[in-house]
Amino acid sequence: MSAPVNAGAFRIKGAGRHTPARTARFTFDGKSYTALEGDTVASALLAHGVHLVGRSFKYHRPRGILTAGPEEPNALLDVSRDAARRQPNVRATVQEVFDGAKIASQNRWPSLSFDVGAVNDVLSPFFAAGFYYKTFMWPKEAWHKLYEPIIRRAAGLGEAPKEEDPDHYANRFAHCDVLIAGAGVAGLTAALSAAATGQTVMLVDEQPEVGGALHYDASTMIDGQDGYDWAQGAAARLKAMPNVTLLTRTTVFGYYNHGFVGLAERVTDHMARPDRDLPRERLWQVRAKKVVIATGAIERHMVFANNDRPGIMLASAARSFLNHHGVAVGRNVGVCTAHDSAYEAAFDLKRAGVSIAAIVDCRADPGEAVLAEARALGIDVLAGHSVTDTSGRLRIASMTVARNGGGNARKIKVDALIISAGWTPSVHLFSQSRGKLRFDQANQRFLPDIYAQNCVSVGACNGTDDMADLIDEAITAGGGTLALSGENRFEWTGGMIGAAEGAGPDTVVKAFVDFQHDVTAKDIRLAVREGMHSIEHIKRFTTNGMASDQGKLSNMHGLAIAAEVLGRPIPQVGLTTFRAPYTPVTYGTLIAHSRADLFDPTRKTPMHALEAAAGAEFEDVGNWKRAWYFPRRGEDMHAAVNRECRTVRDIGGVFDASTLGKIEVVGPDAAQFLNLLYTNAWDTLKPGKCRYGIMTREDGFIYDDGVVGRLAEDRFHVTTTTGGAPRVLHHMEDYLQTEFPHLKVWLTSTTEQWAVIAVQGPKAREIIAPLVEGVDLSNEAFPHMSLAECTVLGVPARLFRVSFTGELGFEVNVPADYGADVWKAISARAQGLGACLYGTETMHVLRAEKGYLIVGQDTDGTVTPDDAGYGWAVSKKKTDFVGIRGLKRPDLIRDGRKQLVGLRPKDPKDVLEEGAQIVADPNQPKPMIMLGHVTSSYWSENCGRSIAMALVAGGRARIGETLYVPMTDRTIAVEVTDVVFFDKEGGRING
Amino acid sequence: MLLIHCPYCEEDRSELEFRWAGEAHIARPDAISEISDEEFAEYFFLRNNEKGLTYERWRHMHGCGRFFNAARDTVSDRFLMTYKAGLPKQPIPVAEERAAAAEEKTVETWEATEGDAR
Repeated sequence: MSAPVNAGAFRIKGAGRHTPARTARFTFDGKSYTALEGDTVASALLAHGVHLVGRSFKYHRPRGILTAGPEEPNALLDVSRDAARRQPNVRATVQEVFDGAKIASQNRWPSLSFDVGAVNDVLSPFFAAGFYYKTFMWPKEAWHKLYEPIIRRAAGLGEAPKEEDPDHYANRFAHCDVLIAGAGVAGLTAALSAAATGQTVMLVDEQPEVGGALHYDASTMIDGQDGYDWAQGAAARLKAMPNVTLLTRTTVFGYYNHGFVGLAERVTDHMARPDRDLPRERLWQVRAKKVVIATGAIERHMVFANNDRPGIMLASAARSFLNHHGVAVGRNVGVCTAHDSAYEAAFDLKRAGVSIAAIVDCRADPGEAVLAEARALGIDVLAGHSVTDTSGRLRIASMTVARNGGGNARKIKVDALIISAGWTPSVHLFSQSRGKLRFDQANQRFLPDIYAQNCVSVGACNGTDDMADLIDEAITAGGGTLALSGENRFEWTGGMIGAAEGAGPDTVVKAFVDFQHDVTAKDIRLAVREGMHSIEHIKRFTTNGMASDQGKLSNMHGLAIAAEVLGRPIPQVGLTTFRAPYTPVTYGTLIAHSRADLFDPTRKTPMHALEAAAGAEFEDVGNWKRAWYFPRRGEDMHAAVNRECRTVRDIGGVFDASTLGKIEVVGPDAAQFLNLLYTNAWDTLKPGKCRYGIMTREDGFIYDDGVVGRLAEDRFHVTTTTGGAPRVLHHMEDYLQTEFPHLKVWLTSTTEQWAVIAVQGPKAREIIAPLVEGVDLSNEAFPHMSLAECTVLGVPARLFRVSFTGELGFEVNVPADYGADVWKAISARAQGLGACLYGTETMHVLRAEKGYLIVGQDTDGTVTPDDAGYGWAVSKKKTDFVGIRGLKRPDLIRDGRKQLVGLRPKDPKDVLEEGAQIVADPNQPKPMIMLGHVTSSYWSENCGRSIAMALVAGGRARIGETLYVPMTDRTIAVEVTDVVFFDKEGGRING
Repeated sequence: MLLIHCPYCEEDRSELEFRWAGEAHIARPDAISEISDEEFAEYFFLRNNEKGLTYERWRHMHGCGRFFNAARDTVSDRFLMTYKAGLPKQPIPVAEERAAAAEEKTVETWEATEGDAR
């Protein structure tokens, strides 16, 4: 055996459940310590007599470890493995020590024992409840420059890591018959009962081992043996069953609709050298047919003056540190209580050799059984007394004790003070499930009353205190039968909520209710006096219960203090709503794999790699990556786009139009269906022909547009805008399924099935002709707006004679898998003839030169076909189509509506800003009357000047007028024109 | 997350697969081009947005793709029934309705818990 390691001077030989030989080294604020495996950071620090671990949020008061569980409000630390693997605000009572852990205190400068911010404690009269609301109100201008930066610097505990999180996180879905939250006596019993019936069971507990309260409660016997040992045996039996999943280190953090439960599993945070393949944490999304809530109860602190010094902690926490971790929280411990449970902590400590200075019980009549045991152990009990103050700078040194109702106070020296005001049932999950609570007046606690989902609360969270009753309740909840006996050593009585003696309404002492947000009893009373009468207002005004512990300790005390001042019974004051998550959940867990490349899908066309190789810059259009422009050596975007624009009109260009939405509309009633969905008439369209269509919503506004080709009597190839494809299909399906179900039509999205290569320009025919078989491409046989099924390079193709440039143009549709090869062949031939590849920017410029509309850029959901200058596309003969009635609404047919027109800046070099406002008189007083705005604006190399499109009130009647675009530094004069800037006669398209 | 029964797939599936599609049983008028402005406003713009029992449309977007109708209690978020598109508004069995009404009283609503904060 090696020499005994120094795992702390406060380790009690023979106490605790850790193996003395298994140690782990860690540092706290740079100093090295030895812990035992299984220690939490809290127990390891206490073993070395370290109580001071942090500074409070507002007053920077020295703070210690208050609890031994997830409810901890004080001991929030920064835990790291390396620079990137660092997490702030970790609860010392939850984090297990691992070898090599670097732990640091927070919210202090320059050091934990000397913190400059503590001046706030002296200035505390200035930081009363509602301080922020009152102080930072005016002057308004000070907000940006002064208040906000100061508040931001002071706000929040801890510091977020700046590096990217190198860990990965996992996500799992699961279903089960019964999910049990909490693996204490109640949860384990319910699991044994349910598992025996063959149901699939998930038993979930946040601690590393099962046992719940048995961690500290060493006097309870189950099935004739020590409770904790029984629990481990029960867990082993459950683990061996194929229908049971037992998850430890896993928090049930949310209980949502329809049995949906969220779990956060901490997979590697306790490991010294975790396997890098393991996720750090795992999110479980479970759909449970039934939920058994066995979440136990949380002990409350006592609210008295200076109740926040390091060394003051919950009695059950001290018991947990002793019985589970083998650590004494002091050598001379005082007890301040209103409940019998603290006596058992004193008994355990006394038997372990710790001196108990006194049990100060604010009740006149403590439980008889615990009183007798205290006497037998020689512990001094001061019934009907209260702790009215404490002393000690960085750790408690004494408690001041006085008889209730007055009398001489005396100081008693202590090095730790354990406290208990009784127990608050953990009804968080029940409340999250939307269950309704009732107030148990006798025991001053809220308990589950009416259930909203298929769940049941068992044990301490249901107010069931007696062990035999608890076991019966849990067996029933599990749905099976089981023979199991259990016994508490003592029946507990007592409990109080609200401020203790000496911290009442007539006092000005600092008696903390909420430790994490530094809320005192006085603050809550002040809030009520200042007019906050609803508990929700009091909560927000004081921030009581709004810290990351969500008031697990403070809510009931705060409520009782408010109720007392208001003079209303507690149920009438009400309880704030419990929200998920039960304890903080990391963003890593919630987003799991959805980060970096997996954050959002990227859609790429079949030709993407070839375009990238050709030097394309890409732009995002929805989830699509589209080739934006193809710069050559030395070209910036402007130069590249000018060259592409010129080349397309002079020779030709090749463009990837694969992202266009495509919907195959098939069936005997296909034409009739399109008649109803588009403003145009489709029954007159012959097979082999295409037509530009406009789709309006029922309100008459443009919803989408695109070319529709008729392949056969019963088959249409519909194209939509790139961004509109999913919603257009949804819109079509909606009408087909619910309004026109009598029509025999089938809709299929074919967007990803076709690769589309647009070939535009005077040499377009020459480029594709040698590659196309099965169609006569001559102008006579295949004029503008024709469509043919043919082969291109032997690949079956749909060839459209269409143009979005105003030039002779074709769109070659081939199955997506052939897209790259056909693109390669067409682009090679095109470039051989002097044509170029062009991107979306050039496409935008060329179409603007022709005044072609882009839905979503030149329209905004308030533009009718007529507003856009496409009134001709609205059939006058049809008796019905979606939008026919909306288009007749008075506001849609009135004069003076905004209409799409062209703008020519007087200075042809001035390129307007898209979105810029347009006025008639730039010298009118502000606010000016705005006539409309610029929707599209470009430098047109082909026109040798700037061009723009705009929505302008009464626009078409203003053609020839001069209007003005006021900018911040100057005003630009523009002439209103029609929208066609290039080839007004439109002859080129028929080339 | 809601669990929704698709009446076409006849399965309970996660809300992730569905898309809400507005109030149900609003029929498009037959001779829509003939109706008055008021009738059009009633048809297209005005919705009841009722608290409690609501009839609404859902689409099993990432499943069978079908639109269907649902009766849902907007207070408890409980689905009382789902049924195929085209069927008339289905009556909710009295017992169900009563249970829903009872639930409405007991469920912690914003109005009950926080509403008086106004």
